[in-house]
Amino acid sequence: MEKVFPNVTGTPVRALITKIGFDGHDRGSRIVAAYLRDAGMEVIYTPPWQEIDAVVQLALQEDVDLIGISSLATDHLIVPELMQKLSDAGLSEIEVFIGGIIPEQERPMLIEAGLGGIFGPGSSREEIIECAQRLAAAARLNKQKAMAVAL
Amino acid sequence: MSASLNEQSFRLQDAGEPSLDAAENQWKEDYAKQIGANNQEIKNMSGITVDPLYTPDNIKDTDAYLKQSGYPGQFPYTRGIYSTMHRGKTWTQRQLVGLGTPADYNKRVRTMLELGANAISLLPCNSGFRGVDCDVVPLPLLGTCGTVVNNVDHMDTCLEQVPIDQISAAMNDPSPFTLFAFMLNVAKRRGISWDKITGTSNQSDYISHFVANHMFYRLSLAGSRRVLVDHIEFCREHVPNWNPMSVVGQHIQQTGATLAETVGFTLSSAIQHAEDCLARGMDPDEILPRFTFFFDVSINFFEEVAKFRAARRIWARIARDRLGAKDPKSWRLKFHAQTSGVDLTAQQPLNNIARTAVQAMAGIFGGLQSMHTDAYDEPFTTPTAKTAKIAVATQNILREEAHLCDVIDPLGGSYYIERLTDQMEEEALAVMAKIDAAGGMYKAVEVGLVQAMCGESSMANQELIESGKKRIVGVNCYQDEEEEKIEVETTRPDPVLMQKHIDEFKAFKKNRSQQAVAKALDNLTRAANSDDENVFASVVEATGAGVTHGEIISCLRTELGFGHPLIIA
Repeated sequence: MEKVFPNVTGTPVRALITKIGFDGHDRGSRIVAAYLRDAGMEVIYTPPWQEIDAVVQLALQEDVDLIGISSLATDHLIVPELMQKLSDAGLSEIEVFIGGIIPEQERPMLIEAGLGGIFGPGSSREEIIECAQRLAAAARLNKQKAMAVAL
Repeated sequence: MSASLNEQSFRLQDAGEPSLDAAENQWKEDYAKQIGANNQEIKNMSGITVDPLYTPDNIKDTDAYLKQSGYPGQFPYTRGIYSTMHRGKTWTQRQLVGLGTPADYNKRVRTMLELGANAISLLPCNSGFRGVDCDVVPLPLLGTCGTVVNNVDHMDTCLEQVPIDQISAAMNDPSPFTLFAFMLNVAKRRGISWDKITGTSNQSDYISHFVANHMFYRLSLAGSRRVLVDHIEFCREHVPNWNPMSVVGQHIQQTGATLAETVGFTLSSAIQHAEDCLARGMDPDEILPRFTFFFDVSINFFEEVAKFRAARRIWARIARDRLGAKDPKSWRLKFHAQTSGVDLTAQQPLNNIARTAVQAMAGIFGGLQSMHTDAYDEPFTTPTAKTAKIAVATQNILREEAHLCDVIDPLGGSYYIERLTDQMEEEALAVMAKIDAAGGMYKAVEVGLVQAMCGESSMANQELIESGKKRIVGVNCYQDEEEEKIEVETTRPDPVLMQKHIDEFKAFKKNRSQQAVAKALDNLTRAANSDDENVFASVVEATGAGVTHGEIISCLRTELGFGHPLIIA
């Protein structure tokens, strides 16, 4: 599917909240989805156990600004692969953040892969929304730049 | 179908209720008979002899005692399902273990047994839950949350030098129960007769997996239902000392249901599974003694104790009056409890040791039969050997040092606990009435009613934390700005050994008899499409012929379907 007319207008932020890999615990992702929805964003929510390629496709089709990944087990370990595939699909302007159980030792790897935020247990609603809004604004800017280059 | 819950569950034994004295004498006799070598006088630190049980004789309120509480080991089992409870036998120390390769698992489980665990539990890798073998999974995800067990050889290695004919094993694996099928084949290899095999198909309750874990990606709701009933029927005939049914409240509570909702949902699930078996022509007294329950135990101390007491009482009445069971063994709600990871915090993580101890105490006073205690590092990672040892020691301390087991149901008779038990029962029955009105648990899950209720309760709980009404030390109160980051060891399987495990598995697939595999898969396909054949019997046969976990599930997904429309509720 070819990318056309990215969403750069003043329309609500579009955020995809999902889980990749093999873990099914979705209590956290459902709560974050509700947070963002209540903050006025348009949330595309998927149940867990998504494959990376399917998430990339969905992000493209839904023209999202933002992808939130929830990881309770160790699925954060394949987030760099998601970042690579987003980039390969020409979607590197989409911002990605993650929440869940992310050991300290494994955070640098995620930041290096380009993640915009990492939220551990006990993170507040305000922190999460603030980060999502900031990342969405950055994503919109990225999209505008990309369009300008394309035109 | 039996009469409705409302009609039945409140109905008490109409006639022939024993007198208080007779019941007391009966209990005394049973106790004396069964306590055996454990019959020792216990004195507290002040030199006062502590009785094994306190009764209305002690509190002088005898009105509703027999109907609502009764004696331990007597209907309706509010005070415990056995006459001796923890004085006779404390509880099975069953630590959930699952990590790395089968060799890693074997090493850890043997250490746990040496440390005092007296049963084993095997948790498969998440890729196994998803239904795929290790040769198609990204290496970093393998064995991080469970052991990679894809064929009989793997199980053989997991259980090396573990006397499976002498200790009880829990296989944590929902429909189609390939782990258990592997184990039965290991027993065959070792010449162990299947009637020597004891333990539980832990979490065999597909409903809880659907509600909390979206297991429909593995097998459809309808397919799982079919295979579970086949599994129960198979065990009844061939593995008589195995508990094929583990009804799970743990997932549902962890996903956000309140404690009372958890009791309601769990018992509604148990009714669904039991009625599915009855519809297949099984006798309630053949299957219900082999039903076990698996609950979460949170830090809400008295509420948890009341939860377990209420659950026992409701189940006894349902088993007798609604399901028609006549054997007292069928009326007993026996359960394993796992201390709740939801209560553990990443902030000031050593505090989790205290939390786990309180949760474990609630489980003990709740009358559990088997327990897993969480390690303090679970908000970060799969426990290390070191933190797992502390979790086991917590149980040892409570059992050996704290005198928690001297008295049966020590909180029974407390005005608070008795009232709370009644209230929890009322709440749970209201939830069950709602589920019955929706056509039973299967239908209620199919239309998303249960998921929506869990979601609402989860959000309400989150709002309590946000508003500070629910206080959590280190999270929204008593935060420690100076908190030193404790060194948390991240356990990750050795990638070299895991790669070797994958390579060996690939070689195994290449070298096995392809003809035998094709034939076994053919049989499985046929069984799945026939109403007269037992799918689980074919799973046991197929795994014995070298068919792998992923291949079994792939076949059943094709034949029995998978997936479920996403419910937005």
